[in-house]
Amino acid sequence: MLPELGQILLLAALLLSLLLGTLPLWGAQRSNNALMSSARPLSYALLAAVVCSYALLTYAFEVHDFSVAYVAKNSNSLLPPLYQASAVWGAHEGSLLLWVMILCAWITAVALKSRALPQTVVARVLSVMGWIAFGFLAFTVFTSNPFERLLPAAIEGHDLNPLLQDPGLIFHPPLLYLGYVGFSVAFAFAIAALIDGRIDAQWIKWARPWTNAAWGFLTLGIALGSFWAYYELGWGGWWFWDPVENASFMPWLVGAALIHSQAVTEKRGSFSSWTLLLAIAAFSLSLLGTFLVRSGVLTSVHAFASDPERGMFILAFLCLVVGSSLTLFAWRTPKEFGKPFHWQSRESLLLINNLLLTAACAMVLLGTLYPLLAEALDMGKISVGPPYFGKLFLVLMAPVVLLIPFGPLSRWQSDSLGNVARVLMPWLVLAALVALVALFKAPQHPIKTALAFFSVFWITLGTLRFVWQRLRQAQSRFTAEMSGMILAHTGVAVFCFGALMAEALSTEKDVAAKPGQSFEIGAYRFLFQGVQELPGPNFVAQRGAIQVFDGERMLTTLYPEKRQYASGGSIMTEADMQGGISRDLYVALGEPLDANGGWALRLHVKPFIRWIWFGALMMALGAFLVMFDKRFKNRRPQ
Amino acid sequence: MIQRLLPLALFVGLAVLLFVGVRMNSGKDTSAIPSPLIGKPAPALALPVLPMPETRLAPADLGGKAYVLNVWGSWCVSCRIEHPVITELSGSGVLVVGYNYKDPAEDATAWLQKFGNPYALVIQDLDGQAALDWGIYGAPETFVIDAQGIVRYKHIGPLTREIIAADILPALKGAQ
Repeated sequence: MLPELGQILLLAALLLSLLLGTLPLWGAQRSNNALMSSARPLSYALLAAVVCSYALLTYAFEVHDFSVAYVAKNSNSLLPPLYQASAVWGAHEGSLLLWVMILCAWITAVALKSRALPQTVVARVLSVMGWIAFGFLAFTVFTSNPFERLLPAAIEGHDLNPLLQDPGLIFHPPLLYLGYVGFSVAFAFAIAALIDGRIDAQWIKWARPWTNAAWGFLTLGIALGSFWAYYELGWGGWWFWDPVENASFMPWLVGAALIHSQAVTEKRGSFSSWTLLLAIAAFSLSLLGTFLVRSGVLTSVHAFASDPERGMFILAFLCLVVGSSLTLFAWRTPKEFGKPFHWQSRESLLLINNLLLTAACAMVLLGTLYPLLAEALDMGKISVGPPYFGKLFLVLMAPVVLLIPFGPLSRWQSDSLGNVARVLMPWLVLAALVALVALFKAPQHPIKTALAFFSVFWITLGTLRFVWQRLRQAQSRFTAEMSGMILAHTGVAVFCFGALMAEALSTEKDVAAKPGQSFEIGAYRFLFQGVQELPGPNFVAQRGAIQVFDGERMLTTLYPEKRQYASGGSIMTEADMQGGISRDLYVALGEPLDANGGWALRLHVKPFIRWIWFGALMMALGAFLVMFDKRFKNRRPQ
Repeated sequence: MIQRLLPLALFVGLAVLLFVGVRMNSGKDTSAIPSPLIGKPAPALALPVLPMPETRLAPADLGGKAYVLNVWGSWCVSCRIEHPVITELSGSGVLVVGYNYKDPAEDATAWLQKFGNPYALVIQDLDGQAALDWGIYGAPETFVIDAQGIVRYKHIGPLTREIIAADILPALKGAQ
């Protein structure tokens, strides 16, 4: 009975979102106050309906209601309680419901926080978001119903994909969706501005913290996903240029560009149509990501059950949303109202930043879709791998890294970049010297190592130079916006160092180990002690024990596992590692080799790899910090 | 104006590509993956028989009769769906052998007791080793093997009456 109630609530939500999409929008066109003021109550009601429906699905998981097909496919009576709640978003239908719920939460947040804005703007923004909710609810109800019954009921569920039985999964999708869906706020603002035919700096100022929040969540979501892949998949890598990773990375790149261009538009009025276009692009790419993951067009480790009917539905929705917004953009882009600027100015630097980030996004898009293009043109099956992405990305990001310290130090409107360069010269020289030392000291891959040291020193010193300049000036104070920028830029430095060092200096060995045998990697010695069988809650594990020594001192004992899950019989590799600031020690269990306890082992030493995620965390926190700037405090309109 | 239309034009190109992608994909029917075993002898590996694991049975022991091999597991939801269809098939006089895949014996026995046993006999592949030889992706899957022990047909996914009428029965007829 309860699943049917969830179903009914979902239908009610569909109806409510349709009303939210039409009534306030119509009211705004007709200047009808009653219709416009229906936007807020409709938003709240929509959230309530979706939350209740989501809660009922979670309840079905808690009570092991295997008469619900989705529960039977993705749960099992042995599943630990924690994963019963997270299994709700473990597959297509439930994760779609989570998507919709997060969208409704954003709608409600906008409704609550927008009292300072003109009523017509609020009505239009909420209506646009209502349309998006309608599209996704229709998708859920008509093609991917999570409440569908299984008759007769299964006596036991098929279990959650073991790959997803990890604490990383609990937060990875929700954070990612918070980011994806968060871009809908900037998108809705852009559409409202296009309908109205003018952009008000006040609206941009209002929309900025939302974009920052979305981008921060997306950063966290991607970083967590990357950490999860490193930790759980046992491949030892942290980024694979997998189509689905790319799908989340594209909105991230455009989002980063959008954050910067919104700042320019808010403060100087420049790039207003570019900002609108980026706002549309960021959300469109989020939708494209959803399409790529769920249509089965591209093959990926993340592949959800692919279904051409679903693919067609999202494609139609994508075309409708993106096509109509770009048509609107072509038709009604408002006139630029920005102040003119010299080519040597902060505006031009930010423009270059924007172009590079957008070009990087276009590059990722091309690489992701190229195999599809090749197949469509009958050029055979092609896969585009890390060499393409890695090289091009390095080429496009190198100038960004080089220019980061220039941005904050240069002035709006007009500046002499020569002067800024003179200020930064000593620090550039210092960074170059450090890089030179690294070049000769590196045990392997000297160029990458040198680049790692150069980027971390150059960005950090350049950013500190800006901090020093602020401190020296009499009116020195750091707004939250400025501190957030400093934190995020330093995060880029930390990230670059971690990524390049891990690329350059990682060492790994695949060995055939007998119990008692030891292996050396650099200064570390790995002593294999053997493998034991241990039972887990819903699996049986083969657990290896490997002692790691640094010289004579024992550092730790690592316990990598191979788990065989009771239901479905799938086998998962659980690597074990000891993390550290300067290196990770990482051991994964391969296959048993003989009857005498011999096993294949994979041993890694990965220097500075944790800096990758720490840097990403700093970027995200920086983006969040900016939201607390006093200028974004809600004030009633004058 | 042309500048403003550029993003839209780019998107139209992208949309066309994605449309082609979805269309190509819908033609790709995963259940149509042909098995490399078709036309070749069935794997000769002997497997334990379900109620009496001491007895092992190899396909050759079936004594020159064509049969249907149905891969199933008590954990498999789709196997529940095809269960009545399998029961009908075996009721019509076809020799149906159950291939119990990655399933503890107690669970498998309990499942058969609860829903009825449509199989003439059931062989057990507890750890999925033999499944590698058969090229089994998961359950349910169904093979038709002729009197000479040659694999004639393979279907991935639950069986339906339509599939039985259109593919299984003709394959069996040719296999006698």
